[in-house]
Amino acid sequence: MSSEFVRGLTCRLCGKQYPKEALNFCTEDFGPLEVEYDYEAIGRALSREAIERRPRTMWRYKELLPIDGEPTVGLQVGCTPLIKAKRLAEALGIRELYIKNDAVNHPTLSFKDRVVAVALSKAVELGFDTVGCASTGNLAGSVAANASAAGLKAYVLIPDNLEQGKVLGATIYGAKVVAIKGNYDHVNRLCSQIAFRFGWGFVNVNLRPFYAEGSKSMGFEIAEDLGWRTPDHVVAPMAGGSLIGKIYKAFKELEGLGFVDPVKTRMFGAQAAGCNPITNTVKTDAKRVKPIRDPQTIAKSLAIGDPADGFFASKLMRETGGWGEDVDDDAIVDAMKLLAETEGVWAETAGGVTLAVTRKLIEQGKIDRDGSTVICITGNGLKTQEAIIDRIPLPPVIAPNLAEFEALVGASAPAESELTPVGA
Amino acid sequence: MAKVSIPTPLRPSADGQASLEGAGTTVGEVLADVGRQYPDLHKRLFAGEGQLHQYVNVFVNDEDIRFMDELDTPVKESDEIGIIPAIAGG
Repeated sequence: MSSEFVRGLTCRLCGKQYPKEALNFCTEDFGPLEVEYDYEAIGRALSREAIERRPRTMWRYKELLPIDGEPTVGLQVGCTPLIKAKRLAEALGIRELYIKNDAVNHPTLSFKDRVVAVALSKAVELGFDTVGCASTGNLAGSVAANASAAGLKAYVLIPDNLEQGKVLGATIYGAKVVAIKGNYDHVNRLCSQIAFRFGWGFVNVNLRPFYAEGSKSMGFEIAEDLGWRTPDHVVAPMAGGSLIGKIYKAFKELEGLGFVDPVKTRMFGAQAAGCNPITNTVKTDAKRVKPIRDPQTIAKSLAIGDPADGFFASKLMRETGGWGEDVDDDAIVDAMKLLAETEGVWAETAGGVTLAVTRKLIEQGKIDRDGSTVICITGNGLKTQEAIIDRIPLPPVIAPNLAEFEALVGASAPAESELTPVGA
Repeated sequence: MAKVSIPTPLRPSADGQASLEGAGTTVGEVLADVGRQYPDLHKRLFAGEGQLHQYVNVFVNDEDIRFMDELDTPVKESDEIGIIPAIAGG
């Protein structure tokens, strides 16, 4: 069945149109291809009420995602919590703060399950039996898990220096995981060559236009959970720079359908100082993104030196009145701890980048303290334990007796006379 | 003559060939030479005189020319120039 909502693919540079096929770039000028929708048809089919009646997964917005008919992969993905973060807001000195918590996304604890659900549903439609990806870790796990559950063969290519949690988290599902001697950009380039040579469906290569649309679901959910309202500020981490653009695209689509008021959201992007090609572009107002040859940061999931969407992400930040900032590794770890200690959310290193950048932007006055801010947490701290293991104190070890515990607790223990007996 | 590898999607612009040979001592000269042989290929690589399209990435023996001297990067006869679409990843 052909979708009545997806028109095809269009080059973002020259506007040339293409049918719905596994192709990620324009053959005229190599520009990126993007999915085009028939918004009039979607407007006739969809309403806020219709969305609200559906199960709480990302597929409640399926008309705005590029699949034909019903999804077949990743049916439980999405609708992660939007946490009103009062204690963190207080710590940062701002009024209204929310955490979009994809650290608990199903099934692999990162926002990548969203893009993979769309890409692999599309891969099935297009008839691929083998899929793959280039990954800094989260995508590897998500492709491996979702492909396995869908009965697809998967090849997952990663840099050879990834965190162990991410390597294991991809390997457990039975995918062929291949570590490449080099950084993500080397892996990415190899995957571009493999996708065409072998005719496989690489989610972030030849299936990329469809894949990237999955990130919009994060934006739809934020707006719906705020009561069909878009926030004043969004802070998103940037690796390839796609997510920030897709969240904004989601807001604009909801605006176009009349589901939210005109969007005034300012978009802010976060990178690590050791890999900051996009924030550099924003700060220097450069016309092209200058790649980073050798990214060095503990935030390995953001360590993409040559970001495919860097140009569009930097343009978006400027056009919406936002900004891009980057922070060093110490600030990243401090922010991870702050997020955990104030809100009980253990984010991966990229989450530390996002929060540390948010704090910096507030201090710079670029984020208004009185506005509403959403920060996007895109991955789970369980996967990046090496990054903080030497920076977190180990627990004290005591014998199983009360005296030692009392000695440990010391002056903070209440006097015995103040205690109420159990059951009294 | 330096060898230029042509990615699959561009081969229709190069009579279906997987690689071409171009004369010149820099990346820019070699690509201009193959562009003279195949004008349709030239159009797809270059945005204007002396400037590649934003999303065309060029490598000399696996090294990105943006980390060298861009189109002025010198090439020897034994070098292999690769062209890769930048739109992947993320």
